[in-house]
Amino acid sequence: MSDCFKSLRLELGFMTFTEEKLVEVKRLVSAYPDGKQKSALIPVLHLAQQEFGGWLSAETMDYVASLLQLDPIEVYEVATFYSMYNLKPVGRYLFEVCQTGPCMLRGSDDIIKYIGDKLGIKPGETTADGLFSLKTVECLGACGYAPMMQLGKHYREHLTKEKVDAIVDECRKNASSNN
Amino acid sequence: MGVKLLLDKAHIPGIRQYDVYRREGGYAAVEKAFKMSQVDVVEEVKKSGLRGRGGAGFPTGMKWSFLAKPEGVPRYLVCNADESEPGTFKDRYLMEFIPHILIEGLIVSSYALGSNRTYIYIRGEYAWIVDILEQAINEANANGWLGKNILGTGFDCQIYVQRGAGAYICGEETALLESLEGKRGNPRIKPPFPAVKGLWDCPTVVNNVETLAAIVPIINNGGDAYSKIGIGKSTGTKLISACGNINKPGVYEIDMTISVEEFIYSDEYCGGIPNGKKLKACIPGGSSVPILPANLLLKTAKGETRMMTYESLSDGGFATGSMMGSGGFIVLDEDQCVVRNTYTLARFYRHESCGQCSPCREGTGWMEKILHNIEHGKGKMSDIDLLWDIQRKIEGNTICPLGDAAAWPVAAAIRHFRDEFEWHVKNPQESQIRNFGLAHYADERPAVTPV
Repeated sequence: MSDCFKSLRLELGFMTFTEEKLVEVKRLVSAYPDGKQKSALIPVLHLAQQEFGGWLSAETMDYVASLLQLDPIEVYEVATFYSMYNLKPVGRYLFEVCQTGPCMLRGSDDIIKYIGDKLGIKPGETTADGLFSLKTVECLGACGYAPMMQLGKHYREHLTKEKVDAIVDECRKNASSNN
Repeated sequence: MGVKLLLDKAHIPGIRQYDVYRREGGYAAVEKAFKMSQVDVVEEVKKSGLRGRGGAGFPTGMKWSFLAKPEGVPRYLVCNADESEPGTFKDRYLMEFIPHILIEGLIVSSYALGSNRTYIYIRGEYAWIVDILEQAINEANANGWLGKNILGTGFDCQIYVQRGAGAYICGEETALLESLEGKRGNPRIKPPFPAVKGLWDCPTVVNNVETLAAIVPIINNGGDAYSKIGIGKSTGTKLISACGNINKPGVYEIDMTISVEEFIYSDEYCGGIPNGKKLKACIPGGSSVPILPANLLLKTAKGETRMMTYESLSDGGFATGSMMGSGGFIVLDEDQCVVRNTYTLARFYRHESCGQCSPCREGTGWMEKILHNIEHGKGKMSDIDLLWDIQRKIEGNTICPLGDAAAWPVAAAIRHFRDEFEWHVKNPQESQIRNFGLAHYADERPAVTPV
């Protein structure tokens, strides 16, 4: 398997995982019996999205297909089914705010409007500087800590306008210190 | 204080770590189970009366006994951690704070079922919990509870975690298996059931996180002891995730002997409704189960106190009852609008329909649009009957229960809150600035004498 990965990296050149990430891919594949590497597709797509700019381009999906020895269509049909995969570019900080019943009961409508007004974007849009995207999502399993949003790997819960302000400031600060 | 079996050690600092968990008696169930035969472990679970905690409430021991055991074919145990039913966040709590109880339950269950490769399929959004679970699995491996020839028994077992990627439908067991195989989460036609043809066409058992964690106290204390907790066929303890308009949202373990009223108003649990507001309605078992007005929630149509048990919550069928479901307990106070709540749930189901069956794919979209119109003052009186008609045509006409799950909340909202829908239609402007309020939904109902 490792030789297969190496030659692919050389062939594809333009888009490859780092050695470290390829080790991670191998770890993911090893969770399944021989010949069932298709099962690793969903976790590998997560890794690809994280590594290649926060979204899945056709090139990224093709690369994942070749890594796992799948037909590209097998990757496309999965990538388009699951809501966590972004099929177009998103901002550096993606605010995924829950809008389902239990969050609505605790004021998520106001929070979504507040974030939109503050950043000057509507759900589904990205700020002109490419820093923030706003996305409304359906129940993330944090109903008791509503309203809430997902930011990267973690949840931000019990949201208030003040908390949103602080999160936006924190993101801006991180962005400027990383540049 | 009720009996606690799963969260009894939740308050102990560091219980997430192996050393603390072990010191507090963790992994004793594995030691005990390995001294029993596989058949005896299954028998113990049957005796306990444990019912699946994911929502359907099917007896776990019976599900296990259906597992086909053809020679030379691997069998799989899959843990359903795709918790996605709105209002439900109990499995998350268990995995986040006491991950080892799940790992321990998984080892015992894998042994009972003969699964050498066991998977935890966790919803993709719980990304940080994947790390917690993998850490716990590594610790269990390092201490000899997983791997080859565990404790010298000759039994091999490894546990793997797979992340989903955002799809409610993958909580349905056959959709989950499709997803675990790296495909779209389209539910399969049953039969064949997973017990015969599941993961990679091999016999498979899929159980919820809480169900598998409950195996630990069942083995430790015996199935009989477990079956003595609770009332009737509601044995043991149940995790309830309470949310909405209550003072203390959170995850509570109840021993299924308390009333709904006590659960909402007692300080041990939800702590009542904030700001002195009154209870208007409640969805007691996750968004799919029927919503009940306050009067039917607290008392059954027969006038009896409604209890937090499988039987009592469903007393009266869908006409006047609801369901325990997943234990996602959503409370609405007098300021909430049932039309708006129903609209957000209809939007949820439209978003989550996999699109395989036309009644669900098309029906959920129509229901969302019609409810959007009513909620935004553009509804017609005939829309209410149209909604009723659509939900009736979805229910029972789809491959998987998502169709029913989408139909039931709309049906129950119209059944019990028709006045509120009509008020929206008749008052298109007023309904945009104020809500219908409590109306008569908490009024005492005349008790129905059964014939």
